[in-house]
Amino acid sequence: MALSYLRSSSSRSVNLLKPLSSSLPLRRPISTDTTPITVETSVPFTSHQCDAPSRSVETNPKELLTFFRDMALMRRMEIAADSLYKAKLIRGFCHLYDGQEAVAVGMEAAITKKDCIITAYRDHCTFIGRGGTLLEVFAELMGRQAGCSKGKGGSMHFYKKDSNFYGGHGIVGAQVPLGCGLAFAQKYSKDETVTFALYGDGAANQGQLFEALNISALWDLPAILVCENNHYGMGTAEWRAAKSPAYYKRGDYVPGLKVDGMDALAVKQACKFAKEHALKNGPIILEMDTYRYHGHSMSDPGSTYRTRDEISGVRQERDPIERIRKLILSHDLATEKELKDIEKEVRKEVDDTITQAKESPMPEPSKLFTNVYAKGLGVESFGADRKEVRATLP
Amino acid sequence: MALRNIIGKRIGNGIGLVGRRSLSTATSDVENRNAKSMNLYSAINQALHLALETDPRAFVFGEDVSFGGVFRCTTGLADRFGKARVFNTPLCEQGIVGFGIGLAAMGNRAIAEIQFADYIYPAFDQIVNEAAKFRYRSGNQFNCGGLTIRAPYGAVGHGGHYHSQSPEAFFCHVPGIKVVIPRSPRQAKGLLLSCIRDPNPVVFFEPKWLYRLAVEEVPEHDYMLPLSKAEVIRQGSDITLVGWGAQLSIMEQACIEAEKDGISCELIDLKTLIPWDKETVEASVRKTGRVLISHEAPVTGGFGAEISASIVERCFLRLEAPVARVCGLDTPFPLVFEPFYMPSKNKVLDAIKATVNY
Repeated sequence: MALSYLRSSSSRSVNLLKPLSSSLPLRRPISTDTTPITVETSVPFTSHQCDAPSRSVETNPKELLTFFRDMALMRRMEIAADSLYKAKLIRGFCHLYDGQEAVAVGMEAAITKKDCIITAYRDHCTFIGRGGTLLEVFAELMGRQAGCSKGKGGSMHFYKKDSNFYGGHGIVGAQVPLGCGLAFAQKYSKDETVTFALYGDGAANQGQLFEALNISALWDLPAILVCENNHYGMGTAEWRAAKSPAYYKRGDYVPGLKVDGMDALAVKQACKFAKEHALKNGPIILEMDTYRYHGHSMSDPGSTYRTRDEISGVRQERDPIERIRKLILSHDLATEKELKDIEKEVRKEVDDTITQAKESPMPEPSKLFTNVYAKGLGVESFGADRKEVRATLP
Repeated sequence: MALRNIIGKRIGNGIGLVGRRSLSTATSDVENRNAKSMNLYSAINQALHLALETDPRAFVFGEDVSFGGVFRCTTGLADRFGKARVFNTPLCEQGIVGFGIGLAAMGNRAIAEIQFADYIYPAFDQIVNEAAKFRYRSGNQFNCGGLTIRAPYGAVGHGGHYHSQSPEAFFCHVPGIKVVIPRSPRQAKGLLLSCIRDPNPVVFFEPKWLYRLAVEEVPEHDYMLPLSKAEVIRQGSDITLVGWGAQLSIMEQACIEAEKDGISCELIDLKTLIPWDKETVEASVRKTGRVLISHEAPVTGGFGAEISASIVERCFLRLEAPVARVCGLDTPFPLVFEPFYMPSKNKVLDAIKATVNY
């Protein structure tokens, strides 16, 4: 990603009419510039049973530009997925994450790939954050072999073992006890890593969450439960589903933190704080106050239970990409044109990848029977008449 | 859909069996007065309207039912009967069913909706351990007979792992509850009203593929169809086919094709899976000597296994060929591979021919 930025900046050097204040030679190494900048988060953190971290977040130009590029990529990817779904190239379900990119991006900035992340079905961007490639995303969405789950999972089931991304789960809330199990294994292996178990405001009312919380607190597991509160469980507003929509307080004896989920830096600060806390003191809940622009899934227009004014209001006031853009421009880290170039480049990358993904073939029919059990303990496949065993497949 | 024509022919119970287990004042034949053409979700909607109208202590609740539900089965109920009787629940299946059991235990009719049958498993404990055994373990002091759980089940073409499952077999293993699956709008309305008014807890699976696709003439009045009574929807003499729900239309197409090869198929809609109508199926097998069972759920341990074992027990000497089962494969319900997984018309046809030519 650093290299691609350099490409666009070198093309800019030809523009001799640029005002001197843009200081050309000083600008070029932005992509590797790590001079610290301190930024205040949009709102202070609200905490429950713990001391909130400071509002001042340390960042640097490189990080901010990475945030910008990554979020622009995620945004473009989700919008492209929308079009592909409408063109019937993606079938089944497709739950889009646009609007919530700051959570994925901010979290990654605070942790390593050795920490585990497990989430529900709105997982395309989380997967990208964990290092997944665009090709794996689009191929999986279209059910092709080049997909991250070899085309057998689809939109809701993205996984990436080498960066500890445990997916991708369809049943609401089921991933949280799993996440606590991952945390237990991490504690046992003493490798100073944590697990982030993400769920939504709808899932927050599932009984298994409270079971998982109790177990994590009892055994001091390094589990961080992250509620991505986009205020709507499918079409039900949070106040209609929950007696207490203060999800960060739901842990009762487990500390919690409420974070502005549209501010990538606040997310980063909170996750850093949470990781330190979890390694020392056990579980903590993070509530990310975020918003999704699309409906729950592609079959939901997203406008029957909320007003268009609300959606455009959030887009204007709190959009995560705009926030970073303003930050970059106000700190003079890049020009508007450079940022627009990044967006153009990202768009092209997405389009090219889609073309590439379309080339990938569908999985072989025999793959229907693979991986039901571990290899060697196969499934018998009968012919239509079931009179003879046709094959024992792996 | 061809099934519509078949129902129009009114095959009825010509086999000579009378329903011995009519548990409610039900009519086996439905008069066609004031029939209107409608699809499955509208028929179910009508049934729910009637249920709430006729019983002031009936409630409908579940995720998103208030605005009409994700399949529009509950449209208009909240407006007509108020939020005290038709209300949304939070996202908690175990809570929904447990709550429903309690409500029913107080003598109300609790009609709970589980949004997709794939999500019913958190509630499995409540259904199996609480609902099914309540009357039994309290020595008939208490019961939750007023409980009806509705859930859309079955493949829909693009549902993938968690929007296509057919979990009926799990529930068929539980004495104390009933499992009912309609095949068409007209059946659905009558069966649902019977389930709601039946004094036992019932799990009612609705074939989601048919919500919009199946259109039929459905009488507008209040009518009920008997539970635990199978229906012969196509008469034949060479082989008996047994199925339920959306799969019947597939089987019917196979029957029509088999007819061209001179094979006369008898098609039975089981309707109620437990307690199932053994007599009707047995009588049919005694006539034809061959039986084929077909369902979407995976073959191993599917309900077809129970039917097969029972028939063999009862009709062993009459059988001319082994019992055939054409079912889903023993894999999780796949996404891209759905066409291979499903028990399609050709698979059924092949099995019919193989069984007849055994």
